[in-house]
Amino acid sequence: MTEAHDLVKGNEAVAMGAIDAGCLYYFGYPITPQSDIPEYLSYHLPRVGGEFVQAESEVAAINMLMGAAATGTRAMTSSSSPGISLMQEGISYIAGSEIPTVIVNMSRSGPGLGGIAPSQGDYFQAVKGGGHGDYHLLVLAPNSVQELYELTILAFDLAEKYRNPVMILGDAMIGQMKEPLSRRPPEKGEKASKDWALTGAEGRPQRVLKSLYLKDGELTAHNWKLHEKYKAMQENEIRFEALMTEDADFVLVAFGSAARIARTSVLMAREAGMKVGLFRPITLFPFPEPQLSALAKTGKPFFVVELNTGQMLEDVKIAAAGNRVDFFGKPPGALPTPEEIFEEIKNIYPGTKG
Amino acid sequence: MSEKRVFSRPQTLKDAPFHFCPGCHHGIAHRMVAEAIDKFNLREKTIGVASVGCSVFLYDYFDVDVIEAPHGRAAAVATGVKRARKDRIVFSYQGDGDLASIGIAETVHTANRGENITIIFINNTVYGMTGGQLAPTTLLGQKTTTSPYGRDFMQDGYPIRMTEILATLEGTAFAARVAFTTPKNINMAKKAIEKAFQFQKEEMGFTFVEVLSACPTNWGLNAIDSMKRVEEEMIPYFPLGIFKERKAADVL
Repeated sequence: MTEAHDLVKGNEAVAMGAIDAGCLYYFGYPITPQSDIPEYLSYHLPRVGGEFVQAESEVAAINMLMGAAATGTRAMTSSSSPGISLMQEGISYIAGSEIPTVIVNMSRSGPGLGGIAPSQGDYFQAVKGGGHGDYHLLVLAPNSVQELYELTILAFDLAEKYRNPVMILGDAMIGQMKEPLSRRPPEKGEKASKDWALTGAEGRPQRVLKSLYLKDGELTAHNWKLHEKYKAMQENEIRFEALMTEDADFVLVAFGSAARIARTSVLMAREAGMKVGLFRPITLFPFPEPQLSALAKTGKPFFVVELNTGQMLEDVKIAAAGNRVDFFGKPPGALPTPEEIFEEIKNIYPGTKG
Repeated sequence: MSEKRVFSRPQTLKDAPFHFCPGCHHGIAHRMVAEAIDKFNLREKTIGVASVGCSVFLYDYFDVDVIEAPHGRAAAVATGVKRARKDRIVFSYQGDGDLASIGIAETVHTANRGENITIIFINNTVYGMTGGQLAPTTLLGQKTTTSPYGRDFMQDGYPIRMTEILATLEGTAFAARVAFTTPKNINMAKKAIEKAFQFQKEEMGFTFVEVLSACPTNWGLNAIDSMKRVEEEMIPYFPLGIFKERKAADVL
């Protein structure tokens, strides 16, 4: 077991989390900046009785995942932005067929080939549904190596609980950095029922996993059923971190790696006597809109910081319901420094006080 | 004299009428695959992979567990199923647009990895469900709804011979092309499909059976003339036979 003082790379923490969650199969295609995940699992999965398959493409990888997970076995894939784009077809089918899967996006920058630097440009794709049809992924956004490990384990449980694909949205920064990791494999808890899994119709009626519904009213009913599931996620699965938001005059909102940088800026602001808080959504879908709305109702304006030109901003604006929302965006190419964000806070802060 | 039942529905097929057009060969192919599964008593161990096209309703006819793959991806889905459940029999059933056009990468790589699965490939030289468009297997000169002047190799290239391509790969254990045009060919088809499942049972590697199949609706022919077309136009370009048959010693 890994002790708390062991330094572990973010990508490897994902792979360790997968192993500790009982994941047995991995299908993927190499792409920077997440190749540590397939590399680690190609070594470790065979040692726990599982298998690693390097697919011919991300298109194949997501479909192999669909097949393996359809048998009720824990399986995953990982990639980075352009590869995740290629997987969108499969993700839509997996969501429609309700197959529990875990998909990791250590996002890089786009559009197109873009670059390999950290970016949060895939928020819309992850949260709003990058494939066709009316579906949602459950999206988790870790901001540390420890959280990458723990949320990977959680991802497998949530995928099975809701029979839904779960995405872990990190980026090149979270995936590549090293931090102390305390590896705590979960206790063998109650397993979700798998009365849908394809295991061969031995002494039971045939089971079918599909997304085609042509009979009158069938597809409508299927879409409403999926909608109910997303509603249940919104009721039960919202996760967030609120730092000094209660007495704050205004609240900085950021997720993932942007939230790490912003946290330092918030502490600098507090040091300088400004009552600034930090709200960090951990689930991007379901988005912690009720919690942000509650803050908005007390009159607190929001300041959104993202490593893009404004994506989560739209969801924060909905929660703000007309309250003031400022934005600081950093498209890929350079990361903001805590000082840069602090300067922005200093500009905005006076105007937010009555 | 009491009556003796000499012919009945395979156990693997449900008691459901096929939706296929009159003269279509899908029904024959379905039955033959079901008979092969029955022969080795594999129904309760089999997981089928349906593809996109007329073949998608596999689960309405086969009384086995089925997953429906995205268009062209059946071989990749089957790979995932088989890797996770090596003790199951896994087969996909795909048309020519699905397998030889949009899914050719998945097909070739699945064969090359020697995945221990069976693919039944229905080649009717046309996209059936979408209304008779040009397929990668459409014959030269053949008119379709998207090759109204007939397939011209200068524009669309040549019809692709999948069985021959796959037979070149080391991972392929068995590759055969069959047709239903004569009693002799039907017997050969039955044996080839049985062999594919037998090989999978014996963990010999990737198995592939291409079935030359009639599509009277999209060919604009009746059932009998469609059968003639398979015999007179398709078989000369797509020759029948076993193109690869691995011996047990080869895999030791």
